[in-house]
Amino acid sequence: MTPHAPTQGSTIIRVCTGSGCAMNGSLEVADAFEAAIAQAGANDSVRVVRTGCHGMCGSGPIVTVAPDGVFYPKVTLDRVTRIVERLVADGGYVSEFLFRPAEDAEPIVHYADVPFNAAQRRIVLRRCGVVDPEDIDDALALGAYDGLRKALETLDPDSLIEQVKASGLRGRGGAGFLTGQKWRFTRDASGEVKYVICNADEGDPGAFMDRSVIESDPHSVLEGMAIAAYAIGAHEGYVYVRAEYPLAVKRLRIAIAQAEEKGFLGEDILGSGFCFEVKVREGAGAFVCGEETALIASIEGKRGMPKVRPPFPATSGLWGKPTCINNVETLANIAWIVVEGAEAYASIGTGDSKGTKVFALTGKVRYSGLVEVPMGMTVRDLVYGIGGGCAEGRDCKAVQIGGPSGGCLPFELLDTLIEYEALTEVGAIVGSGGMVVVDHETCMVDFARYFLTFTQEESCGKCIPCRIGTKRMLEIVTRITEGEGQEGDIEKLEKLARDVKNASLCGLGQTAPNPMLTTIHYFREEYEEHIRSRYCRAGACTALSHYVIDAGLCKGCAVCKKHCPVGAIWGELKQPHTISAERCIKCGACVEHCPFNAIKRV
Amino acid sequence: MTDQCTCGDAHTTSKVDLTPIEPVLERYADDPGGLIPVLQETQKLYGYLPKEALRAIAGVRCIPFSSVYGVATFYSQFHLRQRGDKVVRVCHGTACHVLGAPEVTRAVVEELGIKIGETTEDLAFTLESVACVGCCGLAPVMLVDGQTYGQLDIVEARRIAATLREEVAAERGAASSLANEGDPA
Repeated sequence: MTPHAPTQGSTIIRVCTGSGCAMNGSLEVADAFEAAIAQAGANDSVRVVRTGCHGMCGSGPIVTVAPDGVFYPKVTLDRVTRIVERLVADGGYVSEFLFRPAEDAEPIVHYADVPFNAAQRRIVLRRCGVVDPEDIDDALALGAYDGLRKALETLDPDSLIEQVKASGLRGRGGAGFLTGQKWRFTRDASGEVKYVICNADEGDPGAFMDRSVIESDPHSVLEGMAIAAYAIGAHEGYVYVRAEYPLAVKRLRIAIAQAEEKGFLGEDILGSGFCFEVKVREGAGAFVCGEETALIASIEGKRGMPKVRPPFPATSGLWGKPTCINNVETLANIAWIVVEGAEAYASIGTGDSKGTKVFALTGKVRYSGLVEVPMGMTVRDLVYGIGGGCAEGRDCKAVQIGGPSGGCLPFELLDTLIEYEALTEVGAIVGSGGMVVVDHETCMVDFARYFLTFTQEESCGKCIPCRIGTKRMLEIVTRITEGEGQEGDIEKLEKLARDVKNASLCGLGQTAPNPMLTTIHYFREEYEEHIRSRYCRAGACTALSHYVIDAGLCKGCAVCKKHCPVGAIWGELKQPHTISAERCIKCGACVEHCPFNAIKRV
Repeated sequence: MTDQCTCGDAHTTSKVDLTPIEPVLERYADDPGGLIPVLQETQKLYGYLPKEALRAIAGVRCIPFSSVYGVATFYSQFHLRQRGDKVVRVCHGTACHVLGAPEVTRAVVEELGIKIGETTEDLAFTLESVACVGCCGLAPVMLVDGQTYGQLDIVEARRIAATLREEVAAERGAASSLANEGDPA
């Protein structure tokens, strides 16, 4: 299947209505396209499809035109009429609205040729940005539920599990456990009643692939769940989705209703006698519920606190019954594996890391968004090849992979392969796939403090190492960023980190020290500078920085003086001004108001 | 001595009409895991979880009040106090943090005159921070009710906050003048 190919033989204008593009006005753009098409009298030959997210959220609203796959980024209302006029006149495109990698570069006409897309390999995101997520027929035209049909008609559960095992697919939620193995354990567990749960409690800050998949192609997830249910012998499933994702919840409910109506969910699916019902449970805002035993507790209506494993959910999960919990991205792979075969999937990737992985590439990178790449690509190829490198031509300082459970890779290690084992070796993890690029403006100590603040707040409080250990670590690292660091703090942090890792009950605590440990490992000199010289080279730690006025840029307009709340700025009119470091409270009001950008924090 | 609990409920002395939650309780009566959806729907009805409602839920579902309270205080989605007409949520996801969420937060805090987690006295605004809203491509991001504002800087954040204040003032002005019109006196 080629993305952006025609689904019904006519010309299709696809307008992205994912959260990012919608915020930039794509809903109005879609309406305007429909109006312009009607005005041009082209209703019979051109239609508008409102799709989910493409991933290129920084370039929205995004529009593609099938069958040629012409790509227009940042489409505003005033561009709509010209695009339609040209399309209706001779099927051509308006070259001045096309994507340009740089201002003076030649425009790139086709979606598939844009560097951001060219190196991607889309399996999970195969229909994202292509189909209308609220119209099952659109998804069906591009192969939705073919995998379920094939599984029910040609495979028995055991050979299905063997297929998934042979594909080498590993859980994409973070832990990377073999999916087929998990299915096998659940199938073999004794008990009549079993459950399938889709973990859509995407809590890692900086990761949004699960949200995008559900918002853009909910049927791929439902199909994966139905296949999993058939494999393990379950008749009931839950999607546990974050309440912070209202659009995902809405589209999921629509998709379930449509799939039930068409007979892909519910009683006697596709005449096979197999029944499977899916319910949606909205999470209530607790990061720890991404952990499977905590998630189960939450579905049971309790506080979402993890339990000691074993017993694993595969033998005793929801209501004490065998339960298979898979992540959204994992499930979205399943139907592709069934249709294309395990070998096709296993041929992508490397040794123990098969297939593709979706990353949320964000931070100080030129093109941010969702990217799906084959395992085994280097981090550098992803950040520079697809993401276009650091914004504003700067050098990237580090790449944080795996969110609050992951680690920071320094620039020198960007040639590390994207694989479960390779990344673990250097202290990071594939994790859920957050990838945040930072440049010299980010202080690594402050960055570690940021992640610890998050995990400390989200610690459920059940086990002591996590509850108190993260708190103590946060106190120490905070005092370092505030210029109160003491000799021996780094060693104390390292020891505490080891204890928290070893003694915590669940993954949250066991991985919470990772961002800090990797920043100490790779950027130890920054910690030492904070402690010994009270110096923050990034100028990010407020207590360690001060404001200066660049006499060369200052025109002496006195705007800063007027806005300084404590009278810390003086100088004659039309003469360069100065800031008193003693009086300054570092509120930043002067920087904000200076019309000449003459004030810097150093 | 009365046997009534008086911990931290000085602000909820008024009687709360509990009839709206009856159908909700009915709907989830047979769902053993229904407590969280019941609390979610209750909060939708009242804007927060009034103590009287929590007591009623505990009674009808035959579980201790302490369990209901435990669940309600565990999840960040639930609120035990009344909240502002407009809820401003500044995202503190990683991408937002790297691209200036702390500065944006400071600007909004100053503009609205409340800290993170607080509600203005006139119940116009509640300010919150959220871990990640999943719009990292548009960082830094702020949510106001359903509306997302992205690629913010200090100036833009201040402008939005100021506009919101005007909007609330205008809405309230309209509401009160409407009320006055309907008043024959």
